Amino acid sequence: MKSSVITFPGSNCDRDMDVALKKFGFKNKMVWHDDADLPKSDLVVLPGGFSYGDYLRCGSMASKSKIMQSVINFANSGGMVMGICNGFQILVETGLVPGVLLRNKYLEFICKNVFVKIKDKKNKYFKNIDNEVLEFHIAHNEGNYFCTTDQLKEIEDNNQIAINYCDEYGKVEDHFNPNGSIKNIAGIFNKDKNVLGMMPHPERMIDKSLSGEDGSLFFNNLINNLK
Amino acid sequence: MKISVIITLKKDVLDPQGKVIHQTLDGMGFDDVNEVRQGKYFEIDTKEIDNDKAKAKVEEMCKKLLANLVIENYKIIDPK
Repeated sequence: MKSSVITFPGSNCDRDMDVALKKFGFKNKMVWHDDADLPKSDLVVLPGGFSYGDYLRCGSMASKSKIMQSVINFANSGGMVMGICNGFQILVETGLVPGVLLRNKYLEFICKNVFVKIKDKKNKYFKNIDNEVLEFHIAHNEGNYFCTTDQLKEIEDNNQIAINYCDEYGKVEDHFNPNGSIKNIAGIFNKDKNVLGMMPHPERMIDKSLSGEDGSLFFNNLINNLK
Repeated sequence: MKISVIITLKKDVLDPQGKVIHQTLDGMGFDDVNEVRQGKYFEIDTKEIDNDKAKAKVEEMCKKLLANLVIENYKIIDPK
């Protein structure tokens, strides 16, 4: 399976993602934001970081960079595109997934482990995962998911919510919501569920001695689903 | 020609920074403030000399980059 990780000026989780993808069997290529063409890929990843210093709005500048037109075309033709953290912010700015990510409700940068409940398994990202709840890591200042009432209705009608913040038993409640996101949304899909944007970092949970292994479950499952 | 743009958050969008500024003003003794909403201001110096054309271009900029219309409104100030 071939993957591509896009590096924008200010990305800082691109190499972590490269390590994670390779560890679970992907042949990964790093792609510079100013390149026009995307290498042949089964999965494209927009990594975390602070592309363009978060100027104007997080992800807004990166969403207009040269490579993004190829990424948008790839996604629109059914290609798998995953945006993590700043990558999620870039995805909402392209319009590939609905909504926006606002400043965290309590104005603090949040860096901690969280539990997320998998809301939908009828997609290539979470299909066949046995767990209902995963422990991932979040590190962001703007992860407060927001959308209009009409958008929320559409998202819910199409089962586009991927994961919700919850406790370790999978209870999705207000006080397990770290950043004020509507409905505890931590990740969403586009309509066809080939594009996934999420704030948590699975690539930070691939080594028991460092953090945890729920990211390993995620990547192992993902590559098997793509085969 | 210089054109100014003001971008504000839509009414229903939570503005935590505005809230904190309000609280701080309140603590400083400015206790008659009802609400503070924080926004952005841009000054765009364009080569275009036709007023209407320049405004139309800036409007396009607002829609495509400067504002995110899910959460923000934009207002173009008439060039002087």
